[in-house]
Amino acid sequence: MAKFTHKTIEKNSILLLVLTLVVVSIGGLVEIVPLFWIKSTIEKVEGIRPYTPLELAGRNIYIREGCYNCHSQMIRSLRSEVDRYGHYSLAAESMYDHPFQWGSKRTGPDLARLGNKYSDEWHQLHMADPRSVVPESVMPGYPFLARTPLDVEIIEAVLETHALVGVPYDAQMIAHAKADLVAQLQPFGDLDGLYERYGEGIAVRDFDGNPRLISELDALIAYMQMLGTLVDFNVYKAQEADNER
Amino acid sequence: MSATKPALPGGLPLLAWGVIIALGAGALLWIFIAMYALDTPMRVHALLFAAAFIAGIALIGDRAGRSAGPPVGYNDVIVKYGVVASIFWGVVGFLVGVVIAFQLAFPALNFDTSFLNFGRMRPLHTSAVIFAFGGNVLIATSFWVVQRTSRARLAGDIAPWFVFWGYQLFIVIAATGYLMGVTQSKEYAEPEWYADIWLTIVWVTYLLVFLATLAKRQEPHIYVANWFYLAFIVTIAMLHLGNNISIPISLFSSKSVQLFSGTQDALIQWWYGHNAVGFFLTAGFLGIMYYFIPKRAERPVFSYRLSIIHFWALIFLYIWAGPHHLHYTALPLWAQTLGATFSIMLWMPSWGGMLNGLLTLKGAWDKLRTDPVIRMLVVSVAFYGMSTFEGPVMSMHWVNGLSHYTDWTIGHVHSGALGWVGFVSFGAIYCMAPAVFGVRQLYSLVLVEWHFWVATFGILLYITAMWVSGIMQGLMWRAYDDLGFLQFSFVQTVEAMHPYYIIRGMGGVLFLIGALIMAYNVYMTAKGRVRGNEAIEPERALAQPAE
Repeated sequence: MAKFTHKTIEKNSILLLVLTLVVVSIGGLVEIVPLFWIKSTIEKVEGIRPYTPLELAGRNIYIREGCYNCHSQMIRSLRSEVDRYGHYSLAAESMYDHPFQWGSKRTGPDLARLGNKYSDEWHQLHMADPRSVVPESVMPGYPFLARTPLDVEIIEAVLETHALVGVPYDAQMIAHAKADLVAQLQPFGDLDGLYERYGEGIAVRDFDGNPRLISELDALIAYMQMLGTLVDFNVYKAQEADNER
Repeated sequence: MSATKPALPGGLPLLAWGVIIALGAGALLWIFIAMYALDTPMRVHALLFAAAFIAGIALIGDRAGRSAGPPVGYNDVIVKYGVVASIFWGVVGFLVGVVIAFQLAFPALNFDTSFLNFGRMRPLHTSAVIFAFGGNVLIATSFWVVQRTSRARLAGDIAPWFVFWGYQLFIVIAATGYLMGVTQSKEYAEPEWYADIWLTIVWVTYLLVFLATLAKRQEPHIYVANWFYLAFIVTIAMLHLGNNISIPISLFSSKSVQLFSGTQDALIQWWYGHNAVGFFLTAGFLGIMYYFIPKRAERPVFSYRLSIIHFWALIFLYIWAGPHHLHYTALPLWAQTLGATFSIMLWMPSWGGMLNGLLTLKGAWDKLRTDPVIRMLVVSVAFYGMSTFEGPVMSMHWVNGLSHYTDWTIGHVHSGALGWVGFVSFGAIYCMAPAVFGVRQLYSLVLVEWHFWVATFGILLYITAMWVSGIMQGLMWRAYDDLGFLQFSFVQTVEAMHPYYIIRGMGGVLFLIGALIMAYNVYMTAKGRVRGNEAIEPERALAQPAE
């Protein structure tokens, strides 16, 4: 047999193809695969829960409009970031984000802890015309969200698919998805089922200021108002051995 | 060989009938999906797919009707289509880029609409320039190069055309999808599940056409440019499949849910995202460098040994670099450190490749002065060297802490994209254009000169504006006053960006004007015209005896 040299590879396209595949596979395998079995990749934290149907619908609006192009949802562990935005983001806080929304560019500020920072009314004004509340803003206006009805028919399928990929939505949650979505907008309705399934901590109110319409803005504001609010950082011990990574 | 191919009624080979049946079945499926679609974008796309499939059947039938004997020589008709498509999508992509650049300077340009707001237009820009412009350049040049370096005609008759038109269909589906709000929000992988499946089919066909052409080669060795093209095609297939695993919420919906989430999804995304740069925008275009620079300079590649090291080191190291997009985030530190380390190592093969390209001009440096096309190619390699030095610097934690999330990243990307990818593509287009249109020479080298200088000035405006705004914003975000409070509110840093966003937009306008000059030049070339007194030597030589 002839000596194996680089010429051997150059003369055999299938060999070149196979060796290339092997060489380009290694880095990804070494870096990505361990993330699924090293347990400390995602820390155990009190308070993390799946999105309510309304919040999840809002997240889908956030994705549809490409908000991730200008807003990150990932506070880095740097002093100036923690001072500006709050506690640095934990891996657990995005564990139910299919896909993740960490972003890569801050043309606008980070939104990881946007929840409860501004009033619903501020968000209503801001989404309709950002420059009415922040004159220097370069954000596009989204006035159409307030007048566009939310597509509530698909929410059951959305929850069901999330359950398929591992988000702990149970049969009850899926069966009541549509009812729970509507219930979260009606503070004087029957809330027992909603609280039982998602906890008493969730916000229930008409988010867009227009009770006559379940709008896309309702869902988006519900989502924005819960961002980063699930973990109580008065209780979370960042320095504990389990949380050091 | 072709005589023994089984043929069915209508004189069409068996394979053609297979494709027709597949397209017909596909069209029926899409019409069915259109009838029961859960959302408007899905209905529009289903009808688009169905119409395209039916058009495909018509094209195959028409082709069979006109076919006269087995084809001979190189298949340069498909390269001609690729050149035209590259220029068209390039102009579209640059134009959208200019629009969104000015949207950031003047937000009124979003017009308060859903269709035209920045959030939907930005993926349109990135996909148009990377996949529509860059992808068409890569398909066209790879078909050009693999035929010539193998001394064999492109394999297949319908297959390469399926790759070309199938890819255009993917672009149209992706682009119209973005404007209608169809996105899975993974950067540079925004198209939804059905577009992803379609691209997979097209891409696998592309790989098979490329491999089958290599298999027919009359040269014992596979030329180095083809190593890079092959690595680009097969690695992009791997990345595309890995990063787009999602479950549609229904067969009739444009919406899907990603299999992975949070931290794992983030790393898989940037494993994909960084190697879209590494293999789409680097390896593929290095294939262009390794063929067109030696060819145009009429010099052999500087070092054969260096090209071997360049190839294997580059493809091995690149894959590891993804985590540098996630420094100081919730990604475990060990992964961040690996990403940074390999990013710095990556500097070496990158510069090895750059030197191999530049030093190929040894003994032909005078051509830089006389041939604007080779100048474009060489300056592209210089930009490649610059941005592959900047990249490792930015991948170090302490630099990244400042640069990440700012315009510095945008500037870095564009020095690579406009300077390297753009210029090497323009150079290749200028090299191929006369031949694919069957004429002796380009319409005008003076216009290439204009293209070069206008675009270069545009790039300089762009990247310097982004350096200043990026570093300034990074510094402002972390500035503290004497009392220990953050000195600037976020919106103050936004306000400070305004002049640089205008300068950047003007840089983009110049780059777009350059591309329009190229479009005009190639159009006139296609018409067989020669500008003023620019006719090349042989014609003058022929003309002389008559004088």
